[in-house]
Parts: sequence; C-alpha cells; structure tokens
Amino acid sequence: MKVTFKIWRQENTDAQGELKAYEVDGLSEDMSFLEALDHLNEILVLKDEKVIAFEHDCREGICGQCGVFINGRAHGPHNNTTTCQLHMRSFKEGDTIVVEPWRASSFPIVKDLVVDRSAFDRIIQQGGYITAKTGTAAEANAILVSKEVSDSAMDAAACIGCGACVATCKNASAALFTAAKINHLNKLPQGQPEAHRRLLDMTAQMEFENFGSCTFTGACEIECPADISISNIAEMNARYVKAKLFG
Amino acid sequence: MKLNAKIPEGKLEDKWKNYQAKSHLINPANKKKLKIIVVGSGLAGAGAAATLAELGYEVQCFCYQDSARRAHSVAAQGGINAAKNYQHDGDSVWRMFHDTLKGGDFRSREANTYRLAELSAPLIDHFVQQGVPFAREYGGVLANRSFGGVQVQRTFYARGQTGQQLLLAAYSQLYKMVRAKKVEMLPRHEVLDIVIIDGKAKGVISRNLAKGEIKRFAADAVVLATGGYSRVFRLSTLAIGCNGSAIWKAHKRGAYFAAPSFTQIHPTALPQTSEAQSKLTLMSESLRNDGRIWVPKKKGDKRKAIDIPEAERDYYLERRYPSYGNLAPRDIASRAAKERIDAGHGVGQFKNAVYLDFKHAIQKLGKKVVEDRYGNLFNMYEKITGINAYEEPMKISPAAHFSMGGLWVDYELMTTIPGLYAIGECNYSDHGANRLGANSLLQTSIDGYFILPNTINNYLEGELKAKQYGIDHPEFSKVEDEVREQIKKLLEVNGTRTVDDFHRELGKVMWQECAMSRNRKGLENAIGEIKHIKNEFWKHVKVTGSDNEMNPELEKALRLADFIELAELMCLDALQRDESCGAHFREEYQSEEGEAMRNDEDFAYVSAWEYNAGNFVLHKEKLMFEYVQPTVRSYK
Repeated sequence: MKVTFKIWRQENTDAQGELKAYEVDGLSEDMSFLEALDHLNEILVLKDEKVIAFEHDCREGICGQCGVFINGRAHGPHNNTTTCQLHMRSFKEGDTIVVEPWRASSFPIVKDLVVDRSAFDRIIQQGGYITAKTGTAAEANAILVSKEVSDSAMDAAACIGCGACVATCKNASAALFTAAKINHLNKLPQGQPEAHRRLLDMTAQMEFENFGSCTFTGACEIECPADISISNIAEMNARYVKAKLFG
Repeated sequence: MKLNAKIPEGKLEDKWKNYQAKSHLINPANKKKLKIIVVGSGLAGAGAAATLAELGYEVQCFCYQDSARRAHSVAAQGGINAAKNYQHDGDSVWRMFHDTLKGGDFRSREANTYRLAELSAPLIDHFVQQGVPFAREYGGVLANRSFGGVQVQRTFYARGQTGQQLLLAAYSQLYKMVRAKKVEMLPRHEVLDIVIIDGKAKGVISRNLAKGEIKRFAADAVVLATGGYSRVFRLSTLAIGCNGSAIWKAHKRGAYFAAPSFTQIHPTALPQTSEAQSKLTLMSESLRNDGRIWVPKKKGDKRKAIDIPEAERDYYLERRYPSYGNLAPRDIASRAAKERIDAGHGVGQFKNAVYLDFKHAIQKLGKKVVEDRYGNLFNMYEKITGINAYEEPMKISPAAHFSMGGLWVDYELMTTIPGLYAIGECNYSDHGANRLGANSLLQTSIDGYFILPNTINNYLEGELKAKQYGIDHPEFSKVEDEVREQIKKLLEVNGTRTVDDFHRELGKVMWQECAMSRNRKGLENAIGEIKHIKNEFWKHVKVTGSDNEMNPELEKALRLADFIELAELMCLDALQRDESCGAHFREEYQSEEGEAMRNDEDFAYVSAWEYNAGNFVLHKEKLMFEYVQPTVRSYK
C-alpha cells in the first residue's frame, strides 16, 4: 500500500512550522496508523533525516498520550476512537493523508506533532482529587453508593485526557474534560465535602489557562474516545450555579 | 555480599506489626529536611510520591511521559484482589496468602507474600476513599468477581478499566501534593543513571526529553518504580516506552538483579500481523470461558477456518488437558499454543496464531447471550483486525506480558544499595515464578502506598545525621560524564541499521529461546546471538538528530542498549535454573505428560545476580517455608 503523508514539521515551540510531503510505500492495511508513522521514521533515519516526533505510549487506546489531526479530524476518520486504534485499512491506495498536531493555543507545540497538554494537569491540580491522606480511610462498605450513582460516576471518570475535545472544538474549550472530572468526584459521597470548592477552583483554572468557552456545538463528544457525553457540561454548569449560590 | 532479607521476628501474622513497632521514626520537623527522588509515576511511583509528601518529605517525581497519568498501570483491565471476604465465601488473609504463594510455584518469601494479602483489604478502603468508582451491587455495596486460579470471589473492578481508575486516583493524589508544593513533578524526564556516594544512593542523572538537557538531581534516597521490562521481547502487551533502563543502570552500579528470567507470557493476545507491528493487544482471558481453541490437523492448511470440517480440527487443549480444557492456566495454555505453532499448525498470515472459536457457543447459547457476555471484546477485535468474530473464529496468540523478576529487595523493599529502593513491577518480591491475575495492581499499590512509606524512615533516620552531599560532588560529575559519553558514542556510530531493526532481531531471539519454553542448547545459542547483536548494534546503529533536542530515536536507542544487556542476563538466569517452575519451563525438566517438574531440593532459592565489570555473579537467597509446605501444582 502506498500513500502520501503531508505532515506538520516544526523544530520547536518558537520555530516556524510547515507541512512536508512524504510518499510512503510498503505499508499494509493491517498496520496501525502509528505503525505507518514508525515505518516512515525508519525510512527517514536511513535517509539521514530527523524522525517525526509524535506522541504515543500504550497503543491500546487507554493512556491518552497519542492524538493528532488526520485529514482535519481529531484522531482520524472514525468517531470515538484514539489515533493508535486507527488502521491503514481506513485509507485507500494513493490517498493523501494530512497530519497535524492538536491546534489550541493552550496546547503549545513542543515539536512536530507533539503538543504540551500540561494545562490539563494544572486543572486537575486545582481540585480533581479528594483531600484525604493515605491511611485515613474507613471500611470501604461503610458508605453505600448506589449502583446508578457509581455507574454514572464511572461514565465520567472514563476520560483518558487525550485532548481531542479541545482540539476539535472551534473555541478550543476544555469544558468536556473539566466537567468529566468534576462530575466524577462530585457525584460520589466521598467527593461531597469539597464539591463546591472543587468546582469553582477547577473552572477558574480552566479559564486561567485560556481555554475557550463552550457553545454547545457537540463536536467534542463525537471525537471523545471515552464516549464522555456532552450532558456532562450541562451538569457542570448546573452545579456551578448551585456552588455560586450556596458555596 | 551476604543477602539479608531482614524478615522480622515473630509469627507470620505478626511480622509486619512487629516490624512497624520497632522501625525508626522521624519527627515532622525533620522530615521536611529530607528529599526523596521517585522514578516513575505509575501506581507504585505516584502512590509512594503522594504518600511520602503527605508525611512531610520533599519529593521529586520523574516520568518519561508527558503526564503522570499515562503510566502503564493505566492499561490493566481485569481488577485488583483483596481478602475482604465480602462474598462470605470463606476467603481470608491466610487463604489469599496461600493462593499467591502456590500460584508463584513456591519461589517467593512467605513473609512478603503474607504481607501482600494482609494489606489488601485496607487498600480497597483507600481507593474507595479516593473516589474510585468500583463496580457496586444495587444495594450500594462493592461487587466482586472471580479470577483465574482461585475458588473465591475477591476481585474488585471498575468495568474493564480498573488499572485506569486506580492510576487516576493515584495521579490525582499526586497532583494534590504538587499543588501543596510538596512534590515537584518532572514529566518528560528520563532517568539515565543513579549516583552512588560512599555506597549509598544519593541522586540521579536525568535527561529532559523535550529539550535534551542533561541534569543532576541530589536526594537522601532514591526510589525506583519503573515497571516491567517485557519490552525486551519487543512485541509485548506493554506500552512502547516501557523500559528497563533505570533498574539496569542501578544493577550496573551494584544492585542485585533477582530472577530476571521469570517473565509471564499471556495466552490470549492478538497475533502479530506485520513485520512493522509494534505492540500486541491483550484480549481478556474471560473469552476462554466459552470459546474453544483449535488448530487445523493438517500442517499448513490453507483453507479458511469455516471451511475446515470438525473432523479435521485439533482442539489441542481439550485433547491434552481433558479436565481443564480451554481453561487451562496461563502458562500451560501459552506453551501448548507455541507447541502447535512450532509444529507447523499455526494459522493466519504469519502462521503464528491459533483459533478461538465461538461457533459452538453461538449454536448452544445463541448470538444474543454471547453478545451480552463478550460484545465489547468482539467490537474491540473487529476495530483492530477488521474481522467479525461472530462469523469466523478469532485468531489469538501468546504475548509477553508481566515480569516477576526485577531488582532484588529485602523486606523493606530496599535493594542491595543502601538508600536505593525498588517498588512495584520493577522489583522481585511477592509473585514468585508466576503472578496470579489481579495481583499486579495490588502489589504495585501496596508497595507504594503502604510499605515503602513505612520502611524508608528506618533508613532516612540515619541520613539525618550523615554527611550531606550536593550535586557538585565529584561522583555526580563522573556519572554525568558517563551518561554524556554513552549518548555521544551512540550518535557517532552513524551506521546503516535502525534501532527498531535491532530491536526486532533481539525480540526474535528472546521470543524463540527465552519465553514460554527454554532449553540448555537454545539458551546457550541465544547468549551467543545476543553478544553478536550487542556488537553489531554499537558498530552499525544509526540515530539521526542531536542530543540537545527532543529526539525520540535517541530515547529508543538508549533503552535498547540496556535491553540487549538485560537479555543476556535473562538467558543466563534461565540457564542456571535446572528445573521448571511457574513461568519458567525448561524442556529438560518435564514429566512424560509434559508437566513442569520443580526441584525444591536444589532450587528453592531466589537467584540474585551481581554485576561485576561485564560479568554476572550468582548469589542465592534460600527460601524457607515454615508455614506452607510446597506441593505440586497439578492441572490434570
């Protein structure tokens, strides 16, 4: 299988980047998209060129490290999947495939297709936890949590932190990411004591990091590999009003 | 050096309490004067870093990924064991200890394994408190499920993403302490060497992967939590970046390496489908409950699976293990698949797989029931392979998975280098020669949250009064120079072969000779081949780009250089153990029916290897069984 990749190359954060074309032969349909990039990188090494830097680690769709724009869509042509789970059989012989990094000013480019998503860590840092020290826990079954609440918390907790929601949003909003963590913890009884503080601190950090506002286009939930529903954002907003009034 | 495991006095159930009662403490005002480096941010690393910071220590935590949340603990699916006895089915700390010791084929310490079971229940309390959305019953209590090799239900789970949920809890707790300015998090930092001063671990040399900058970091103690090394096989269920470099460098600086050849091969992964493949994805073992495993009776049969009539199919697990059948334990199922594949009956494009067939299950139970039970797995299978497993059998294959081996540690989780600790998968502690399902999340978490924060005081108390060293100590500059020299050497080779090309070659040798079944001749050949690969690597590898920028190719090359050396030690270790136990199966030591033959008389010890200028010296820690008498694991 032969395709042409047009890939964003950029030396570092401050350098000017550009799309460069690479005609790549010897691919197979069973190769994952990232393996096709591995293959291209081996070719580049033997041609004495620098490899293309891209993010990846677990390659089974759970670590959230991979993620690029492929032909204008976050994580490629399919809904709700990660880049590592995309295979070359989704493309045709002779296709031109444009590969770009996540585009959001809150995710500055580090090199080529690699961006800096540490803004996500800083949002979590402002309250995406339960303040309790190791060793202070009571017996696990002492607090009952209904199956419905637990399942719904799990739905929100499934976020892998890849950043596709931000990258695909026309406003580069981090509302889906932030809402998922707030709702995960604020639904559970263990998260109640600091529920309001968590919500106010995390949303403040989200704004501080210059993510855009959510205008409910729903683009994020189409790309989200963890199927996080946009209803999480509505729930966060409702909780926000409550926190402001009663927090 | 004589190995001293420092097992505390007293009865088995009192040892940990006795240890805690007698170990040294440090007052809060003094704790903040002490700095601890934690390498790795998985469940062991993040759990330890957060807990140590809560106790008042100054902590620096390193990870090679862009965020602590990516660590490979995230990928564990099934669950975490705990002796809560919530199901009222006769579980207890003792039973869990016994299951784990036996599952490991009696090659771990009783005291360590007992402590693992003892601390399992409070660990579940901890994770619930941290907001882990474990599965629950309608009444609101926690749910359990059963897992391989045990007769009770003690596995706690969060859908198929238990590892992810536990890791995110640890990551959150870690970042809580980052906010409190008690932890400095250093993502995109790879630790390339350990600095030892006056025989004690005093710091690390690390490379900033985003910028290429190499820096020294000093501390009063260093904790390695770097995970498993099964990427030595190249194709494994591990993340691409998983590596053995930090523990290998520690080994070369004096830490003994225990049982490196004990690596677990998982029977149900997706097979390799191309030379360029980088990763093998695990399919849940639960599929074997209803799927039947077979290969064509005829060698090299080119027909499609659905065109091969029943009479020409060999359901080899059912044939060889009539009582366990398709549910034979992991090591047996993996070896049996390899035997058929090697005999020329493998299927698929590369003839490296066996069929896992749901035809009979669908006929008997109906498609709906099969879909309810395994729908998500069938979807995942179709996403990756493009094949609908309701219509034709899945193709599966064994894959390198977990490493029981790792740095030798005593009861305090300290290596043979004072002040250097190893926790989680990178140590050799509780699993013996084979790990039970859902015990890995448990061990890694307990090491990080509960054990290390209680044992490290015992060492650090002495460091309060000891001489303080900074990064300007000559040993720091010596080690830094060595790191720079290795990088320079790698970049200067400028050969004709890529790093991946060498890794593929190494992986093939290791997979053939040092994976599911081993024999003397094969291992001896492998050692020769590995030495040859090492030689070729340093003559012909090509790494482009420079060292003062983000350079993924250089990162890979550095990791592979260490894997090549580790591979040799794995083969040496497999060679010296003239018995079959757990995941280590030596073809010379099997019964007529192909069962593993353990030899307690001569091999009831932990092998611990010392590095001595390119040679490896074997030390033995004799294992004493006071409470459980070793028995034969039988699957018939």
